[in-house]
Amino acid sequence: MSKVDTAPVANAPVATGMPAAALGAPSAAYTAWLRKERIRHLGVRGTQGAILIAFLLLWEILPRAQLVNPMLTSYPSALWPTFLDLLKDKPQQVNILVHTWGTVFATIVGFTAAMVIGTIVAAILWWWESLYKILDPYLVVANAMPKTAFVPIFYIWLGATASIYAMALAISVFITILMIYSGFQGVDPNKIKLAQTFGATRWQILRKVVLPGSVPTMIATLKVNTGLSLVGVVVGEFQSASIGLGYLIQYGSQIFKLNIVMTAITILAIVSSVMYLAIHWLEAAVMKRR
Amino acid sequence: MSNSPISSPTNLRPKRSDIVESKAAGPAKVELRDVSLRYFTPETETEALAGISLTIRAGEFVSIIGQSGCGKSTLLSLISGLMQPTGGVVLVDGQGVDKPSPKVGYMLQQDYLFEWRTILENTMIGAEIQGRDLVAARDRAKTLLTRYGLGQFFDYLPRQLSGGMRQRVALARTLVTEPDVVLLDEPFSALDSQTRIALADEVAEVLRREGKTAILVTHDIGEAVAMADRVVVMSRRPGRIRSDHAIRFYNGDGQRPTPFAARSTPQFNTYFKMLWEELEVHVEG
Repeated sequence: MSKVDTAPVANAPVATGMPAAALGAPSAAYTAWLRKERIRHLGVRGTQGAILIAFLLLWEILPRAQLVNPMLTSYPSALWPTFLDLLKDKPQQVNILVHTWGTVFATIVGFTAAMVIGTIVAAILWWWESLYKILDPYLVVANAMPKTAFVPIFYIWLGATASIYAMALAISVFITILMIYSGFQGVDPNKIKLAQTFGATRWQILRKVVLPGSVPTMIATLKVNTGLSLVGVVVGEFQSASIGLGYLIQYGSQIFKLNIVMTAITILAIVSSVMYLAIHWLEAAVMKRR
Repeated sequence: MSNSPISSPTNLRPKRSDIVESKAAGPAKVELRDVSLRYFTPETETEALAGISLTIRAGEFVSIIGQSGCGKSTLLSLISGLMQPTGGVVLVDGQGVDKPSPKVGYMLQQDYLFEWRTILENTMIGAEIQGRDLVAARDRAKTLLTRYGLGQFFDYLPRQLSGGMRQRVALARTLVTEPDVVLLDEPFSALDSQTRIALADEVAEVLRREGKTAILVTHDIGEAVAMADRVVVMSRRPGRIRSDHAIRFYNGDGQRPTPFAARSTPQFNTYFKMLWEELEVHVEG
């Protein structure tokens, strides 16, 4: 052991994880800085809330003042009674919670399948680089294709239920493959070299370096393809379903009951927010290790 | 290349400034026989190494110096089995090297710790890959980390450690798999100069004490002289061995001084000046 840098505890050359030297009582400048930071934070949150309230108010007031046709937009205060009405199980009416769960379930199946299939395909492409070179243009074109154009065809090929799942998968799987593959490519080659110095096989490199090293990319991909899968499910439901929020929107617009349409859309907004929060939470949990 | 005075035949012959033999030297551990390497790209082929013959004995500490791009690091890749030469043979313990072997450990320019693994888990990666007994490896990892002053940091993540500490974890990671030969590819280059000198001391001491054969690649002449029993100078691309010098410090008690102490001996300055001039001729050539 030598003269310098030998006593990590005494010298504390630690970036984080160990408490910095405490200064005793906080200074006046520090207290002022803390207060300023808190005000700034409250300002951001307050403005976010104000935007939402302003939007809801305009949506409520403009139709009531006959500035826009309430038949076309409905208004927020009408949504709650509509929602309560839709909650009831009646003949010719399925509970709206069943519709919501149908859509959410198909979305979860869609993006989960996209993640699993996308990761496996990306791993295969990583393994055989020539295969990637061969398939690259097809993947790029398949990703750029408007998948919703296939809704009627999927309906003919697969029937009412399977076509919804197929659309949820089709709309998100190609971007998943491309993003995860580029994440695999982005793993530091020196980390791979390090594993190779210990004699790692390709399979070990995949399991111990490439896959764990791509977790941030996978979470970014998940953020993208949950939203896409929801789009796929709703569009699929427009075509063929007898259940689901997409069906409800289609049905409501056909009988010109905008209350039903707007209620379903509001629920979709809430579903999106919950999915976003769930992924945000997952990300925070995973990134704690990094 | 053929017009360059460096590659004229007289300069190619390694000149030996001293009889190359080290006190610790045992039988030949690593041997390169007339090794050459060419890189191929669609545009051209490049001769990276040409006619390298080198014998390193068990327990020797050899530094290899040369300008950047002379193929020093490539030489280590060949010895480690990560690359195969296009000509000649590389032998470790008399056996041809065709893939990475557990006998050879490699310390890279940076620590490349995996940010998703704890310090202890990082130290274990080589043992996991080689399918060793993980209980024994865990014990050894803990012993090594504790010895390097990292006993309280087993469950920390790499980002919580300083550069010098991280590089010590990398040393432990290399030694957990108990290699006989340790290759060091400028392992201190990413560190600040004080940490660098201190860590060079530690690493040299650890490797000598454990009787490892060590090959250090560096462009730092001082580091090369201070740490090694022998310094090999490489010429510019295509890399060839230009000269080979035994490094001796006479300090009375027969013990080699630590790298830090070696820096303040008169011999250090002599070697430094000699190697400096040798490399400088290079720049002009």
